[in-house]
Amino acid sequence: MYDFELVKPSSVADAAAALGDEDAQALSGGQTLIPTMKQRLAMPSKLVSLAGIEEMQGVAVSAVGGIRIGAATTHATVAKEVAGSYPALAALADGIGDPAVRNRGTIGGSLANNDPSACYPCGTLASGATINTNKRAIAADDFFVGLFETALEEGEIITSVDFPTPSAANYQKFDQPASRFALVGVMVAKFDDGVRVAVTGASESGVFRWSEAEAALNGNFSADAVAGLSVSADGLISDMHGSADYRAHLVGVLTMRAVAAC
Amino acid sequence: MAQVSMTVNGKAVSGEVEGRTLLVQFLRDQLRLTGTHVGCDTGQCGACVVHVDGEAVKACNMFAGEADGAEVTTIEGMANADGSLGTIQQAFQDHHGLQCGFCTPGMVMSAAALLKDNPNPSEAEIREYLEGNICRCTGYHNIVKAIQAASDAQ
Amino acid sequence: MPKDSGIGASSKRREDVRFLTGKGKYTDDMNVEGQAHCYILRSDVAHGTLDSVDTSAAADMPGVRGILTGEDFVEVGGLPCGWQVTDRFGEPMQEPKHPVIAHGKVRHVGDPIAVVVADTLAEARDAAEAIDVSITELSAVVDMAAALADGATKVHDDLTNNLCYDWGFVEENKDAVDEAIKGAHHVTTLELVNNRLVANPMEPRVAIGDYDASTNDHTLYTTSQNPHVIRLLMGAFVLGIPEHKLRVVAPDVGGGFGSKIYHYAEEAIVTVASKQFGCPVKWTSSRSEAFMSDAQGRDHVTKIELAMDENGKFLALRTDTMANMGAYLSTFSTCVPTWLHGTLMAGNYTTPLIYCNVKAVFTNTVPVDAYRGAGRPEATFQLERVIDMAAREMGIDPIELRMRNFVQPDQFPYQTPVAVVYDTGNYQGTMAKLLEVVDRDGFAARKAASAANGKLRGFGVASYIEACGIAPSSLVGALGARAGLYESATVRVNATGSISVMTGSHSHGQGHETTFAQVVSDMLGIEENAVEIVHGDTAKIPFGMGTYGSRSLAVGGSAMVKATEKIIKKATKIAAHLMEAAEVDVEFKDGQFSVAGTDKSVAWGEVCLAAYVPHNYPLEEIEPGLEESAFYDPANFTYPAGAYACEVEVDPDTGKVEICSFAAADDFGNVINPMIVEGQVHGGLAQGLGQALLENTVYDENGQLLTGSFMDYAMPRADDLPSFEVDHSSLTPCTHNPLGVKGCGEAGAIGSPPALVNAVIDALADKGVVHIDMPLSPSRVWAAMNQAG
Ligand SMILES: Cc1cc2nc3c(=O)[nH]c(=O)nc-3n(C[C@H](O)[C@H](O)[C@H](O)COP(=O)(O)OP(=O)(O)OC[C@H]3O[C@@H](n4cnc5c(N)ncnc54)[C@H](O)[C@@H]3O)c2cc1C
Ligand code: FES
Ligand code: FES
Repeated sequence: MYDFELVKPSSVADAAAALGDEDAQALSGGQTLIPTMKQRLAMPSKLVSLAGIEEMQGVAVSAVGGIRIGAATTHATVAKEVAGSYPALAALADGIGDPAVRNRGTIGGSLANNDPSACYPCGTLASGATINTNKRAIAADDFFVGLFETALEEGEIITSVDFPTPSAANYQKFDQPASRFALVGVMVAKFDDGVRVAVTGASESGVFRWSEAEAALNGNFSADAVAGLSVSADGLISDMHGSADYRAHLVGVLTMRAVAAC
Repeated sequence: MAQVSMTVNGKAVSGEVEGRTLLVQFLRDQLRLTGTHVGCDTGQCGACVVHVDGEAVKACNMFAGEADGAEVTTIEGMANADGSLGTIQQAFQDHHGLQCGFCTPGMVMSAAALLKDNPNPSEAEIREYLEGNICRCTGYHNIVKAIQAASDAQ
Repeated sequence: MPKDSGIGASSKRREDVRFLTGKGKYTDDMNVEGQAHCYILRSDVAHGTLDSVDTSAAADMPGVRGILTGEDFVEVGGLPCGWQVTDRFGEPMQEPKHPVIAHGKVRHVGDPIAVVVADTLAEARDAAEAIDVSITELSAVVDMAAALADGATKVHDDLTNNLCYDWGFVEENKDAVDEAIKGAHHVTTLELVNNRLVANPMEPRVAIGDYDASTNDHTLYTTSQNPHVIRLLMGAFVLGIPEHKLRVVAPDVGGGFGSKIYHYAEEAIVTVASKQFGCPVKWTSSRSEAFMSDAQGRDHVTKIELAMDENGKFLALRTDTMANMGAYLSTFSTCVPTWLHGTLMAGNYTTPLIYCNVKAVFTNTVPVDAYRGAGRPEATFQLERVIDMAAREMGIDPIELRMRNFVQPDQFPYQTPVAVVYDTGNYQGTMAKLLEVVDRDGFAARKAASAANGKLRGFGVASYIEACGIAPSSLVGALGARAGLYESATVRVNATGSISVMTGSHSHGQGHETTFAQVVSDMLGIEENAVEIVHGDTAKIPFGMGTYGSRSLAVGGSAMVKATEKIIKKATKIAAHLMEAAEVDVEFKDGQFSVAGTDKSVAWGEVCLAAYVPHNYPLEEIEPGLEESAFYDPANFTYPAGAYACEVEVDPDTGKVEICSFAAADDFGNVINPMIVEGQVHGGLAQGLGQALLENTVYDENGQLLTGSFMDYAMPRADDLPSFEVDHSSLTPCTHNPLGVKGCGEAGAIGSPPALVNAVIDALADKGVVHIDMPLSPSRVWAAMNQAG
């Protein structure tokens, strides 16, 4: 890994200022960034640690109803703290990686990274959450742009995420056998104004909403309603862990299971 | 270079580190606490698990600078005050929960974190908790038995 | 009553204390004063001509002490292959040079191109990026069948083609086997793949070279299963350093599973670099580097045909295998698919006629060598799979079919048609023991319960036999081994009666320090704690061939027993003198020498003291001191065997296989430490089940390694596996070594893959699935169900 300077601001404003430098990069839990730097695939000259910023920590009932999660909140904390208010999201957080990873990795880092097999992008999109940055609020529908790509601008910091709480929700993750990321993951969330279904792990362009399933579930919220549906294998990931056909099949199976578990 | 200070196994330590110095490198190379091991470069194997402020973390996936001011416990800090094996360590020996010993420090640290949160875990809970600790020698059978025994003994 | 010490006791492992407190001394924990670090620049293409390696810019980078390239090793020998295989036509195998650092060509992703030595690893790596390498890429040879096709690109330009050898065994049986298969009542044919694996001991390899110019002494600290073998191979064949000037130390080693047997380039690199640059040089492998530089395992493609009469009696067996060697011949690569594989094709059965053909193939992939089991898992897998398939085709219960063909207990010693003679065994016995452990009768109910939950349940068994305790030197010499495979031990009794045993076996998890001490303490009637086992240092141990092939106790332990017997003999003489008795009248029991029929006795400690303080001593008859060495060359292999059962549940919607239970009934002969033996079985099972369910090494058509980290290479984790039922009580002691032991290190990895696959196929039989290649990943199982249906 190349060397860099590590700075530890205590406010979002200071962090934003530090990130103004060329080649500066945010460091949250480091669970993705550090392995990437070991491979010398990322080479920041300055890392701006977000861990010490109080205002980016923890879970609170949000002003708009629902919950607000600070971007630097670890997966372990989310798993614990939203267990009562949003159990499906707590379960999702509790299924990321392993306990030691969950003690460091954060929701902000996961969303900014937008790994096509990650769990939080799926949970965020299915929840219709809002991603707050130091500059603006971005709807989840607009946030995830493509593989490892988001609507974030250079130096923009995710500060928190607002989750409306659904009346019922469930996340089904089918593990890739080696990495244990999602080979396919499906989150179904039922709100008063409709059902949202998001899929991770499957598509070559990252997390997506399965609108056909949403329409079917809006009419009849039951596993049977999606039994006959299938996503097209076109544009799905095909690799040694599963063909596009297999992934397409899993999307159907996991959606049914998620609905049944709601 | 930056100065870091932390408490490791109850002792105050400090040293000069680069930004890129990982916690595991600081422990192994500077403090010569070589019980914490490195078994991979992708954060998967868990040979490097230590406790930072009471929580299990992978010391290969954290910079030394991030642990500035923290309380760190490594395998070297797990024995009883008189030097005898702690409860978990003793259970690993009694139940043959280790062979080559390379994964062992991380296993013991993970087991300690588990039993702190969940003093009476089921076999399934133990197996699930160890998802981030790979052992190539034991087939996990005796590691699970050791942790169950430690749970009973505590 | 279980014993609480000595042979048969589950003594706790003394080595555990240092491992559990973080005080183990693994090679990477060592740092030699003044040491520099090296980084190895490796090829990122699988095949190409190495046109130039310009190190001038790198040499000026901060901290750099020096750089080595292939040019620096042109004059020295290549990394040697330890086994010469002779092909079907009596010709020697094709044996290319394996340069320490690539020269002229790169032949696999990971082939070393240059080595930078610098003050820190980071500086070495920075400088390596400044090396200007020019490679003209050639098309890569990856698939074995394509590699053997006419006109295929050659991995080695100076060889005729990519065929290392075409081996037939037993060649004289070929026609008879063909005849028998032609005329048989039924022939079951199966084509299968034995997947390529990466051993992945949790400790990556490390090597430190330390040269002392004032004495011209070299020291190599290395993660090895056999330091003496490394000293011999590197000293004699590669660098020309005489043994007395080269010390090799393998301290605590964090697992090996075969992958740390071989002599690797990095060992020679740090040895040369230390001398050339005048400082100790350390190399530590990262896991990513291990994936492309540790020898890999298995990788066979096989067609097997089993001919039977109408009662299912096996008449003949024919196999046709392609075995991947990778780009170069690793130390024992050539004997794995031949002598460690063909000789086991009889399995536990009386098949009278067997012929196997093996074509060893060069490809642009990482070299392949022995991995836990080495050849025997390949033999067992194909045999136990084809038997299960035959049972289904013939409508015979798979256990019954095996029983009908087992070698009977009264047939031992049993001469197989594939050269080896099994000394003892009781295959019915282990199968019966297995059936006691598993509730086969309850299976139907469990299957129905699974079905009610939408799951498919299956039950599978497998028998296995292996040849361990490698090996009689004259036999392996005749078969092409370039070394003897005996073992040595020195037992040094100290003046106060405590003992140091120097063994050529090496422990990297097996617990020799405990088990070997149990044996000696039992023989001498002294406390286990009074016996210290010393291993892993050529400066301390006279000689040794190391630990692999489940040989430590059977061969190394036997050498130790022989040396201890010599000690007892000499001590008896001394005792006779002290008691003024005739030697024949002296008895030795529980650490006491006594004269039969009298109350005269002397204790062990007094005799030892007399040997070193010989004031009252028969100096004209025997020398002072009490230290004996022995070399033990086994008379035969040992033949552990057993029967395994696996029960699985398959989720038909996702293809995911869950292992519900796994039981093993093994015959390891006598058992010194049941706790350790069971641990060895558990570990072997996990590796075998890992192979069957999870692990796979995948290259794309350009020879790029797609499974280069734990992100894509699926290691078995705690929640992939169940707790195991293991039993080793149905035993037949080995007849030709003093302890009656057979070896237990590899069994689990050998017997478990076919048991698991048989169980999954049983679960899917109603869906028309007859075979799935390992690993039985969810996607493969799902695809098989859908293709069949
Ligand atoms: C062994 C292992 C297993 C894992 N398994 C899973 C899994 O099953 N499912 C899953 O979803 N993930 C998994 N992960 C990834 C894990 O969840 C990471 O924690 C997460 O992807 C990144 O979060 P982080 O806080 O560690 O971010 P970092 O690694 O610190 O940063 C990641 C990226 O986000 C940027 N960034 C971080 N925070 C912000 C912010 N607030 N604003 C803007 N940019 C920011 C960084 O600059 C960097 O580019 C696993 C990781 C490991 C090591
Ligand atoms: S060294 Fe493998 S997870 Fe830290
Ligand atoms: S004891 Fe060797 S890796 Fe776990």
